[in-house]
Amino acid sequence: MSQQFTPNNPLPQEAKVPEEMAVFSPEVEAEIDGHLAKYPVPRSAILPLMFIVQRERGGWLDPPGVAYLADRLGVRITDIWEVATFYSMINTEPVGRFHLQVCKTLSCKILGAGKITARCSERLGIKPGQTTEDRMFSLSEVECLGSCGTAPMMQIGFDYYENLTPEKVDDIIDKCRAGQLPNGVR
Amino acid sequence: MFIGAIGCEPLQLRRVQLENSHTLDVYQRNGGYEALRRVLNGMAPDEVIAEVKKSALRGRGGAGFPTGMKWGFVPKDSPKPKYVVCNADESEPGTFKDRYLMERDPHLLIEGMLIAAYALGARTNYIYTRGEYRYLIEIMDRALDEARAAGLLGEKILGTDFNCEIYTHSGAGAYICGEETALLNSLEGLRGHPRMKPPFPAVAGLYGCPTVVNNVETLTSVPDIILMGGEAWQRLGTEKSGGTKLWSVSGHVNRPGVYELPMGYDDMEKFIMEDCQGIPNGRQLKAVIPGGSSVYIMPASDIIGKDVKMDYEGLVAAGSMVGSGGFIVMDDTVDVFESTKNLTEFYKHESCGWCTPCREGTDWLVKVFKRIESGGGRPEDAQLLLDLVDNIEGKSFCPLGDAASWPIQSAIKKFPEDFRRRVANGNGGNGHDGAVRDGLPTA
Repeated sequence: MSQQFTPNNPLPQEAKVPEEMAVFSPEVEAEIDGHLAKYPVPRSAILPLMFIVQRERGGWLDPPGVAYLADRLGVRITDIWEVATFYSMINTEPVGRFHLQVCKTLSCKILGAGKITARCSERLGIKPGQTTEDRMFSLSEVECLGSCGTAPMMQIGFDYYENLTPEKVDDIIDKCRAGQLPNGVR
Repeated sequence: MFIGAIGCEPLQLRRVQLENSHTLDVYQRNGGYEALRRVLNGMAPDEVIAEVKKSALRGRGGAGFPTGMKWGFVPKDSPKPKYVVCNADESEPGTFKDRYLMERDPHLLIEGMLIAAYALGARTNYIYTRGEYRYLIEIMDRALDEARAAGLLGEKILGTDFNCEIYTHSGAGAYICGEETALLNSLEGLRGHPRMKPPFPAVAGLYGCPTVVNNVETLTSVPDIILMGGEAWQRLGTEKSGGTKLWSVSGHVNRPGVYELPMGYDDMEKFIMEDCQGIPNGRQLKAVIPGGSSVYIMPASDIIGKDVKMDYEGLVAAGSMVGSGGFIVMDDTVDVFESTKNLTEFYKHESCGWCTPCREGTDWLVKVFKRIESGGGRPEDAQLLLDLVDNIEGKSFCPLGDAASWPIQSAIKKFPEDFRRRVANGNGGNGHDGAVRDGLPTA
C-alpha cells in the first residue's frame, strides 16, 4: 500500500514502507500470540506489541519494527504511526540503554525533583531530552508516575527508584556504568 | 511511608501488612473469595446490584459517580457481550493508592471484578493499567494465573455455571486514558481521545458493547459490601458517602502514605497535624490540594479551626472536592504561583489535542505563566489567566479542560498575593527558585 506524505512531514523517521521487516524468534512470536489471544480484535494488542517490538529492536520502534506491527495486526503503517506518536512511552527515536526519567510534577517538585534532574544532568553531561553520545544514557523529565508518597523519584526503563537524594543518584549512575543495575527494559 | 487505617478498622487495607499478602494462600486464609462464594451460591445478579446501591459507594477514580447507579444503566436484554473494565490508569498527580492495593492485595481486585462481572453478565474483562506500572501488571498476571489454577477464574468457577476471564492490559503513558471513554479507545488500539457522550459506555462502550469502567478502589470495595451487607458498609461512612476511602498523602508532611479513613472523618486539621504527624522542619501549613491536582486548592485558613469533614459533602462545603483522594500538603516555602504553573504544565503536556479549547488553552496558559516568571508580568495578567480559563472550563470535550481550569481559578482567588508578587517581580532577582524547599520568597 503506497502512502503520500507532505515535504513538511513531522515524523522523526522516513514514513515509507521499509523494504525490510523485523523478524522475531519463535519465543517472541509466542509471546505476541499470547497477547493477541486476549482480545476479539487484534488491533487492541497494539500497545502490548509495541512494547515487545521496542524491547527487541534496541529500545525504539525502528522502521522494520513498524512494518512488522502493521503486517501482524493487519493495519496500515500510518495506523501504527498514529498510535505510536500519541503515547509518551513509545519511542519513535532511539534512546539510551538506560533511560532516566525524573518525575517533575508537584509532589516531587516541592520535595526537590529539580535537584535530582540537575544532578543527573551534571553527571551525564546532557540536558533533559538528550542522549549521551555513547547511547548509554537518556535523560527525561516526565509527569507524575504515582510515587508521590516516596518523592522525589525517577524511573529507569520500567524500574522505580524512590526517596531519591543527589547522593543516591550518584550511586545509581555509577552502578549503571559498572553494569551492576538492570536497564529496566522488559 | 505509612499504609494503614485511622479512625476505623482497616477494611481494604486489612491484609496489606501481612507477609506474602499478594498470594492466593494468604488471601484465602484471611477471608478472601468468601464474598464470591456467597454471590455464586445464592445471590441473583440484581441482588448484588441492589447491595451496591444500598452501600452508597461512589466511584473512587475522581468523579464520585454512584457505582450502583452506573451498574444499573447496563441493559439486561442486550444480545451483545458485556465488559467490565478496571481503570488502573492511576495518573492524577498526588494519587498512588491503587498502586499499593494492586501490589499488596491483587486478589482483592480480582474478587471485586468477578463479582461485578457476575452482576453485569460480563464474561471477558480487562484491567487497564498505566504503562509505567509494569511491575504491577506482572503481579496481577501472577495472581490471575494463581486464581485460574485454583478454579477461581475461567470455566465453571467454583463448580458453578459462571464462566469469566480477566486479562491485564498495558497503557503507554497518557493521563487522558484515565478518562473512561479515552481508556476504551486506547483499549481498542486507538489514540486515547475521549468519545462523545451519550451514548455512555454502559450502553455502547468497548467494541460498541455495554461496558462498565470502574476504578481499582471502587472494585476492591465490592467484596466487603457483599460480606457486610450494603447498609452496614454504608454506615461506616455517612449517608451520602458510604464506607471508607483511601487517601494518598504526599508533600510536606512528616508521615506521607496511604490512609484508609471512614467517610466523614473529623477533621482535616487533625488528620494533617496528628495522623500525618504535622509539617516537617518547623514550617507552617500553607495549602492543601485534597483530591488530586484537578481540585480547588485550600489555604490553611480554610482548614485550621474550621472542622472540615473528609467526605464528598464536607469537602464541597469547604470549597474543594474529594476527587481521587490525592492529598498534597504544602508548607510556607511553596509559592502558589509556582505550584500552579507546575500543574498547568502537566495539563498542557497531557492534553490529548482532540479539542481546541483544551489544546490551545493550556498552551496559552503556560505561555503566560512563563512570561510572568521571566519578568514580563503585566498588572492585568491574573485577569488574563482567568479569562483564558473561562474559555476552557465547560467548553472542552472532556473534563481535562475543567481539571486544568480549577487549580488556576482557586489559586488566584485564594493566594492573590503570590500572583501579585510574581507579576510585579517575575523571578524578582531574589533567587527564588519557586517551589523547591530551600529559601522563602523574600520579595
